[in-house]
Amino acid sequence: MTTPETSAPHAATPPSADGPRRGRTSPRPDAAARADGWRRRLPLMPAFLFVVICTQIPFLLTIWYSLRSRNLLRPEGETFVGLRNYLDLAVDSTFRTAALNSILLTLGCVAVSLVLGLGLALLLDREFLGRGFIRTLLITPFLIMPVAGAMLWSISMFDPTYGLVNWLIGTVGISPVDWTSSFPMLSIIIALVWQWTPFMMLLLLAGLQSQTPDVLEAASMDGAGAWTTFVHITLPHLRFYLELSVLLGAIYVVNTFDQIYLMTAGGPGTASANLPFYIYQRAFLGFDIGQSAAMGVVTVIATIIIATFALRLIFTSINSKEQS
Amino acid sequence: MGSHPPRPPILTPTSAAPPASPARPSRRSVLGAGLAGLGAATLAGCGGSGSSSRESIVVAIVSNPQMQDAISLIDHFTAEHPDIDVRFVSLPENEARAKITASVASGGGEFDVVMISNYETPLWAPNGWLTDLEPYIAKTEGYAPEDFVPTIREALTVDGSMYSVPFYGESAFLVYREDLFEEAGLTMPERPSWDDLRSFASALHDPEAGRSGIALRGLAGWGENLAPMSTVINTFGGCWFDMDWAPRLDSPEVHDAVAMYVDTLRSYGQPGAATSGFGECLTRFSQGDAAMWFDASSMVSGVENPASSTVVGKTGYALGPTLETPYAGWLYSWSLAIPETSQKKDAAWEFIAWMTHPDYFQLVGNEISWEALPPGSRLSTYEIPEYAELSKTYAKPTLDSMENATQENSMTVEVPYDGLQNVVIPEFQDLGTRVGQQFSAAIAGQKSVEDALSQSQGFAESVARTYGWKG
Amino acid sequence: MSTAALDARRPVAAPARPLTPRRPRGTATGRFLTVLAWAAGLLFFAPVAWMVLTSFKQESQAASNPPTFFFTPTLEQYASIIGSSGAGSYLLNSVLATGISTLLVLVLAVPAAYAVSIRPIKRTQDVLFFFISTKMLPVVAVIMPIYVIAGQIRMLDNILTLIVLYTAMNLPIAVWMMRSFFLEVPGEVLEAASIDGASLLRTMRTVLLPMVAPGIAATALICVIFAWNEFFFALNLTAANAATVPIFLMSTMTSEGLFLARLSAASVLASLPVVLAGWIAQKQLVRGLSMGAVK
Repeated sequence: MTTPETSAPHAATPPSADGPRRGRTSPRPDAAARADGWRRRLPLMPAFLFVVICTQIPFLLTIWYSLRSRNLLRPEGETFVGLRNYLDLAVDSTFRTAALNSILLTLGCVAVSLVLGLGLALLLDREFLGRGFIRTLLITPFLIMPVAGAMLWSISMFDPTYGLVNWLIGTVGISPVDWTSSFPMLSIIIALVWQWTPFMMLLLLAGLQSQTPDVLEAASMDGAGAWTTFVHITLPHLRFYLELSVLLGAIYVVNTFDQIYLMTAGGPGTASANLPFYIYQRAFLGFDIGQSAAMGVVTVIATIIIATFALRLIFTSINSKEQS
Repeated sequence: MGSHPPRPPILTPTSAAPPASPARPSRRSVLGAGLAGLGAATLAGCGGSGSSSRESIVVAIVSNPQMQDAISLIDHFTAEHPDIDVRFVSLPENEARAKITASVASGGGEFDVVMISNYETPLWAPNGWLTDLEPYIAKTEGYAPEDFVPTIREALTVDGSMYSVPFYGESAFLVYREDLFEEAGLTMPERPSWDDLRSFASALHDPEAGRSGIALRGLAGWGENLAPMSTVINTFGGCWFDMDWAPRLDSPEVHDAVAMYVDTLRSYGQPGAATSGFGECLTRFSQGDAAMWFDASSMVSGVENPASSTVVGKTGYALGPTLETPYAGWLYSWSLAIPETSQKKDAAWEFIAWMTHPDYFQLVGNEISWEALPPGSRLSTYEIPEYAELSKTYAKPTLDSMENATQENSMTVEVPYDGLQNVVIPEFQDLGTRVGQQFSAAIAGQKSVEDALSQSQGFAESVARTYGWKG
Repeated sequence: MSTAALDARRPVAAPARPLTPRRPRGTATGRFLTVLAWAAGLLFFAPVAWMVLTSFKQESQAASNPPTFFFTPTLEQYASIIGSSGAGSYLLNSVLATGISTLLVLVLAVPAAYAVSIRPIKRTQDVLFFFISTKMLPVVAVIMPIYVIAGQIRMLDNILTLIVLYTAMNLPIAVWMMRSFFLEVPGEVLEAASIDGASLLRTMRTVLLPMVAPGIAATALICVIFAWNEFFFALNLTAANAATVPIFLMSTMTSEGLFLARLSAASVLASLPVVLAGWIAQKQLVRGLSMGAVK
């Protein structure tokens, strides 16, 4: 929902990735240049228009809805109410809980899967018997259909009576736990971490494998220990990959819906509802179109603020990488 | 209200038509057929399969056992109506309601038949969202609309016309384990009070043996935990709004009622109470894991079914527990309606007429079992000899509680709205869900009753303002 | 698509180092790390293994306490799913939604990526930024308008609606991915083609497309994965006629009785295409998931 004008990182095209190939432009009359510009833009237009129509127009409607009091169930009562829907949000404690849950879920899931993924990537970045096999096993959770994964965790794993997890903790004498109702957020985070750790691992492994062996060898010749090499050479090298993992992980995880819908339905109460789920509930259970649209707009604005910041980072990273 | 299956939502479109494709077509042929079919789908608008003379109707239904039975019997319908292809979308209560309401209210038009209740019918009919069924009823042979339970028929009638017809109807009553009561030397009065219930629950609560003193709903939802909880609020002398539309959820009566319910459930209730709805309670009680259960009278289809219940023959029934009022129950009906947007109203009615016709009861009795009859919709159901014999312990409490499910008999104060377990205003679906979530959090122990009620009062206040309350 | 992905070679050698062992094998540490890697791999795979195991059980064995580890496997669950009357239509819908949307994505994304990489236009970064920013949007913020619009034009429960939305959902990723593949095409190749006076379309068809074919395969793989697994749109915008495989998965749950073994079998079948494709094309997966940033 960002327009290029307001939030583009650079107003002018930076000489980065595209720079070297621009040499052929020769001075021409204005009209010809404009025609050429259009010709160049033409291949982009279908995709661009398609995305604009499918994402921006509905969002404009969302903004329009958010300024009106509209309940699907009361067709007669639609009026323009200005910012009242937004003011109501300010006093809605459930909205705050959901926002907090969104942050908790995203941070928790990204942090834990990043650390686990880094560990696994390091383990796999060495030759050993069955390495390809283990890598294949490790990426499987990511490939399982999310609906299947969510139900696998909520039923096969976390069911209070016949779930595998309760049986496992039972073998060491811990009494059964009703996971999805007693620890709804933890249950969801576990399922998400299981799904996203392989993603982090794949990215970081690619990063590890792009290190030049010379540097590592030189380091070990200099007598640097494994830890020193890791902290001073590997981690700085991985910086781009770590940033990328965090950003992409966050993009995907912040919109989590399937797991919440299927594992806890946001409950008990609203204890495990994140913003997408809460907005969905307000729209499809409350039919309060104005209110849910206002929540959507607020969420989008917050996302834009965070994303602009994050995207600058990733652009800098990608550009510096492509230039090197 | 209806049963609520395990937490995860279910969406079950099943086609009644014979499988159009071979069991396992090769990938290539599927893709080829698909591409060819796409053109047809585009032309047909919603891509019905089969020849053009067949009409395909889509039925959105709540996946309660009685409805599942109807789905399993659909071949009998298609045998009589070979030109109508029925496709079901069967969902648990909360999800069904969300999908049906969104579709009907926005004129989405996905469905030709929808299952709604006596809450939606009077709200939706005046908006022009539902089809007037009187002309269809009049031309259907042997349909006998006068046979519908009077309170139910009245609740589904708007301006003298029925806009939906009942599939089953219910009030609320109490089921208890006669064998356990006898063992413990306790006697259940015909019309127990909540004090009686608490003392029985305390005596029979035995978590070591895996048995709770009572089972009650705790799952958030206006059709879930709010149904019994509103009944309790009513009999404790509370209400949602007073005659000036001032929200009354902060009143001492409501507080006492909610605190009593929460405390009963936390002290003597089933494990996982905050996430159990009708379905979970039914499972617990019919597996012998609870001594009492206060819930919808339609429970009998499950509790008295030998195929799924281990307590058949050990049960007794009493009227819903009271405090200040002579009766405490609710009135509810799952009924079928045709959205005004349907293009196939005649076919839709053929299906509705089949599913709510007196003949359908014979079909269920003969093909499935007599316990499985949809209860509480037709008076004649209770005169079917096989069913009368089976239902002798619960027929009277069922009909009594349905007959007395009125505001006069179940509330102490006068209120400006219709409804017992709900408030028949469009906003209630949402308000009820949010208040239900607060109550569920209190049952889970995540919130105090005071916090839950003050938050709920806040939700109710914003609704009250639309009705002219100045506060 | 997956067969093409199989052959996908990386077009330009990434600065990968040869896979020389960093530490000598056979030391105690080395053995410990190997055991640890195996343990971690098996632990992560365990839930999947359990799901597969459960799918070969009878329902009563699937929901037992303690869990059943030894049993006589049965194919009953698989047979009942493949034989059930509705299954074919879900599969068909998923194949249509996934296949056609992926084709559409490629048709739209390849020229667009070409425009933002080989023949750079002004504000290339702005456009790329715009594309990726749409991926950050919470889909839920636009579901109501989409629902209302689709209802008004009678497109609810229609597979075309899903196709359009899946195309929009995957386009941004595809443009990014394809751009990174185009950037690897040596500038001289394009220069040569241009100087020959070849037209734009001809240049694309004869010179560029063959060079980025592996990239197209990788992009297709990612689009297929996301479209195949998509749940939110399918849940809200379909009912009986356009429901896809994830919806079928939910439908195997019933409110009464046991359903875990059947659900597990359905989960295995539903996940199988993507799991196999991902296993086979692991490198393309990495590149696709990182929107082309990791080579």
